Amino acid sequence: MAGVAVSTTINGDNVEFLCQPDETLLDVLRDRLGLTGAKEGCGTGDCGACSIILDDRLVCSCLVLGAEAEGRHLETIEGMAHGDRLHPLQQKFLEHAALQCGVCTPGFLMAAKDLLAKNPDPTEEEIRFGLAGNLCRCTGYDKIVRAVQDAASVMKQA
Amino acid sequence: MRYIRPLSIEDAAGLLADSAGTAAILAGGSDLLVRMKGGFIEPDLIVDIKAIDGLGEIRETAEGFSIGAAVPCAVLGENTALQKAWPGVVEAAKLIGSKQVQGRCTIVGNLCNASPAADSVPALVAAGAKAVVVGPRTRRTIAVEAVPTGPGKTSLAKGEIIEAILLDKRLPRSGDAYLRFIPRTEMDIAVVSAGVNLTLDEQGRVKSARLALGAVAPTVVLVEEAAEVLIGSKLDEATLERLAKVCSGACRPIDDKRGTIEFRRKVAGVLARRAATTAYARAGGK
Amino acid sequence: MNFDPRYSGRNFTSVGTRPIRPDGVDKVTGRARYGADFNMAGQLVGRVLRSPHAHATIRKIDTSKAEKLAGVKAVITAADLPDLTDGDAAMYDILDNCMARKKALYDGHAVAAVAAVDARTAKQALKLIEVDYEVLPHVTDVDEAMKHSAPLINDAIFTEGLEEKPVKPSNVTKRTQYGHGDIHEGFGQADFVVERSFKTEQTHQGYIEPHACVANVSSDGTADLWVCTQGHFVYRQHCAQLLGMEASKLRVTSSEIGGGFGGKTHVWAEPVALALSRKAGRPVKLVMTRDEVFRASGPTSATSIDVRIGARKDGTITAAEATLRYSCGPYAGMWAEIGAMTAFACYKLENVKTVGYEVLVNRPKTAAYRAPSAPMAAFAVESAVDELAKEIGMDPVEFRIRNAAQEGTRSSYGPVYGPIGIGPTLEAAKNHPHMKAPLGKNQGRGMACGFWFNFGGQTCTDLNIGMDGSVSLAVGTVDVGGSRASLSLVAAEELGIPYEQIKTVVADTSSLGYNDMTDGSRGTFSSSMATISAARNAIKILRERAAQMWDIPVDDVVWEEGHAIAKGATHGNLSPLSLKEIAAASGKTGGPIAGHSELVADGAGVSFATHICDIEVDPETGSTRVLRYTVVQDAGKAVHPTYVEGQYQGGAAQGIGWALNEEYIYGKDGRLQNPGFLDYRIPVCSDLPMIDTQILEIPNPNHPYGVRGVGETSIVPPLAAIANAVSNAAGVRMTHIPMSPPRILAAIEAERGG
Repeated sequence: MAGVAVSTTINGDNVEFLCQPDETLLDVLRDRLGLTGAKEGCGTGDCGACSIILDDRLVCSCLVLGAEAEGRHLETIEGMAHGDRLHPLQQKFLEHAALQCGVCTPGFLMAAKDLLAKNPDPTEEEIRFGLAGNLCRCTGYDKIVRAVQDAASVMKQA
Repeated sequence: MRYIRPLSIEDAAGLLADSAGTAAILAGGSDLLVRMKGGFIEPDLIVDIKAIDGLGEIRETAEGFSIGAAVPCAVLGENTALQKAWPGVVEAAKLIGSKQVQGRCTIVGNLCNASPAADSVPALVAAGAKAVVVGPRTRRTIAVEAVPTGPGKTSLAKGEIIEAILLDKRLPRSGDAYLRFIPRTEMDIAVVSAGVNLTLDEQGRVKSARLALGAVAPTVVLVEEAAEVLIGSKLDEATLERLAKVCSGACRPIDDKRGTIEFRRKVAGVLARRAATTAYARAGGK
Repeated sequence: MNFDPRYSGRNFTSVGTRPIRPDGVDKVTGRARYGADFNMAGQLVGRVLRSPHAHATIRKIDTSKAEKLAGVKAVITAADLPDLTDGDAAMYDILDNCMARKKALYDGHAVAAVAAVDARTAKQALKLIEVDYEVLPHVTDVDEAMKHSAPLINDAIFTEGLEEKPVKPSNVTKRTQYGHGDIHEGFGQADFVVERSFKTEQTHQGYIEPHACVANVSSDGTADLWVCTQGHFVYRQHCAQLLGMEASKLRVTSSEIGGGFGGKTHVWAEPVALALSRKAGRPVKLVMTRDEVFRASGPTSATSIDVRIGARKDGTITAAEATLRYSCGPYAGMWAEIGAMTAFACYKLENVKTVGYEVLVNRPKTAAYRAPSAPMAAFAVESAVDELAKEIGMDPVEFRIRNAAQEGTRSSYGPVYGPIGIGPTLEAAKNHPHMKAPLGKNQGRGMACGFWFNFGGQTCTDLNIGMDGSVSLAVGTVDVGGSRASLSLVAAEELGIPYEQIKTVVADTSSLGYNDMTDGSRGTFSSSMATISAARNAIKILRERAAQMWDIPVDDVVWEEGHAIAKGATHGNLSPLSLKEIAAASGKTGGPIAGHSELVADGAGVSFATHICDIEVDPETGSTRVLRYTVVQDAGKAVHPTYVEGQYQGGAAQGIGWALNEEYIYGKDGRLQNPGFLDYRIPVCSDLPMIDTQILEIPNPNHPYGVRGVGETSIVPPLAAIANAVSNAAGVRMTHIPMSPPRILAAIEAERGG
């Protein structure tokens, strides 16, 4: 099987990689590029742990081929903080203890970032439905929803 | 295995027609990659159609709307004109998967995956939508319900691709709606679903109607009898009761991990009634 | 050293505050390393071949074609994991579960494994392994498996615990009985008796992170294992025993763990990865797919339970009886026994009897899941209690308060209770605004109580004070939900220094003595006890060093608020020495300062909770919506209240999923039909309301700070609380969990028809 040469942008950096044609973007990120923040919880788009933002769309990177990244812009959890300054969502997740085991957290943060970008002032219901593609088994979602609400109000003031 | 991203629909059709092994079309990938992950399909060729000009667009034409095969369902929801004209189709498309899947999945993919439980299909069938089918040297337009022939099977020949879905202009005094039943509030496959499209006369009586049920038979069922029950009525309680009964009767469901025969029959009637009520209100009926 | 674990009332400075966890930033930036996030140079990819049959004799496995495939470096079968268990039946079962020996006992049972240069080659190699199966009749239902006509899963099993030794083998491995008094007499005194049968389906812990490990075995007999586990010391013991290694030569490092809930207390893939690495002579990474997680790891028991409870008109329970049948998968377990112990633990009963039957079925080996076995028993008992209250005409809360166990009550499973929280949680629930909130059409309210034992166990910690006065705390209990924050708080409290001055890590198996795993809600309870003990040992040394620096007797030095204080009139002019100052001088006063602790944390205080919930039922579809949910639970002392709330909320959410939608669905062919998150429906964000919590603190007399375990009890009441709410909303008693829409609608229709 011949490899596919891909040139793409990840968190603002130009990145080039070679991947197999059937290799998922998630596998490329994790195994070829060392970006292990996106997790594989299911590999079938049902848990959201591998969420990234692809050209301003939230996607499950397990449902994207690596080859499809050609010429596109990717945002992953590794690019969410600016240097040592956390994104308000990251800060609020910490303050509200919106994580226990934390394995779903990168996916939730990407989904929440996408949600607030499109709807800066969501209701509780909009947050709950907006994050329904991300499974968390530890928290019962309560503190996650509160963290997103709090981050939204902080970001509006900023 | 090869991954190719052709620039024209003819090239794509040609690649598919000429492929010796298993070929797969990739638009959103939300079904294809799941099947690849599970080992249910190992394509020798993947044809990514997203670089083809026009396939990623929704066009408003003199006849209505043309929705390209590579348009993610999320984009349908963001198109105000489409949302206003065909709220039932849009709400069905927007129910597929999660936000993450919404950014990728397409209604053509949903149709060609040929699942009896596909969310967008009953709504499209009720809406009388058509599919533009392109082969290496052919081009034809067929009714959406003619595409799936059974679970996982379509009527498309080797080398044929659906280029777009066509929806008519919204007629005055008409409206559509789609409802599905799932155990959770999100992320599930429909256990039963119902799409309804109604047009009223000036007195508010149903003039024409189409009602389709999902997940109750090997393919989506267009319930002709339901239309007969609805036509001429103002959706009074007795009509709705009859509608529910007719729809329950039209089901040929199975027992499976998602629901029982009895449950599907009963709830098909309930959803048909509720969807018809919404469509009627959207058509301006009171 | 003498450590007094008894509770002594005190005012807390650090404990009870809510700082940010030490592992937090890594977890919100994607830097935290979980099981699958670790790689080694030259690493191979391991994959497991699994049985597609529920029950089959393995006649022959031919691996020759797979071995010849380019890029394949090792292929193993059971032959590569010889039986070294030496008559230890429980270990033999673990071995057989890791790799089927004579028979495949469930859909998903491992039969062979490969290690190859990449995932594609490994996957291809699996297809080239030829397994000759003789398919046998199977049984997956717990009641069916008990019948005489059922296919036998293991013909060497003769039911234990019967009065007469059975002559025929059976799928029932054991009968156990608990209780006291005379139930016949008790039922004779009853004015009302409720008798019901209940069923619950099998569920999975549903952790988001699949099992993952990297094994590296060296030809010198040493090995390293990186793995997501709740107990790396236990994994080390099990792996070493199964592979014939000396435990100390196997170093196990626990990765960050992406959820466990009991499911990561058992080895599955790890011995296989080690065997592959040993054979290939290279590191092997083995990560389960989600499909494998469902088919081959973890599930809880499916159950069938009969309950009978009698009470007098005044609301006093006179007798209670339950028969509990729990599936164990294909290997013996003690799941029904735990159910039998917990079933009536909330109540003060004169006459009580519970009988448990452990039942073998062709399903994956049952594993612990958060308060294992208790939720199902509570579902049956608390449903019957609710019904009985209704028959008597009493408020369900009042009825429970009247019969609640108290300090001094002899529990239904034997021991006499010390100070406990069941009464207070019921009183708090009774007075909670939730109880008085109005309900709408098709809405119902339910409540239920739950109990869990909690566990202590073997624990040790090291507390090292750096020369700059910062403190590193090494613990051996895996942090599953914020315990590093809690243990830092405890160390800060005891030493009298700020939380920020402490860094807590989970040490690997070569850096610390043996620790039992994080289970039984023991993580914070037991490691905090060991941390307090270690800190007190460090303080003793700090006092000695201060005495040396001052040249006064050590008995004249006390430790207060992070400082050594010289007491007594003669030393009045000595200003206090801070921990930092003593640490800075340590090189000249005797070297590094540290405190160690090795102990068995006895006296884990039992835990009780009361939950309230409101549910709306759509009577036309059987659809449910959770409108409001409240958890009241005794924590003993909440060390980090936010994480305690998190445990309450998380347990409730898992219980809600179990109650309403989660279940293993097997086809007639004995194969699991829903091994994925699409059709194994755990609650999503939009399914749930905010989950209200109320923490009660009834100190555990056996812990210096009064701490009790908090992690598990919260999953015990939800099944029953929701069943009671649904039953009230739908007007029909629900007896089968999960209460999926088809089951609710069928129950409503049956009620209408009948």
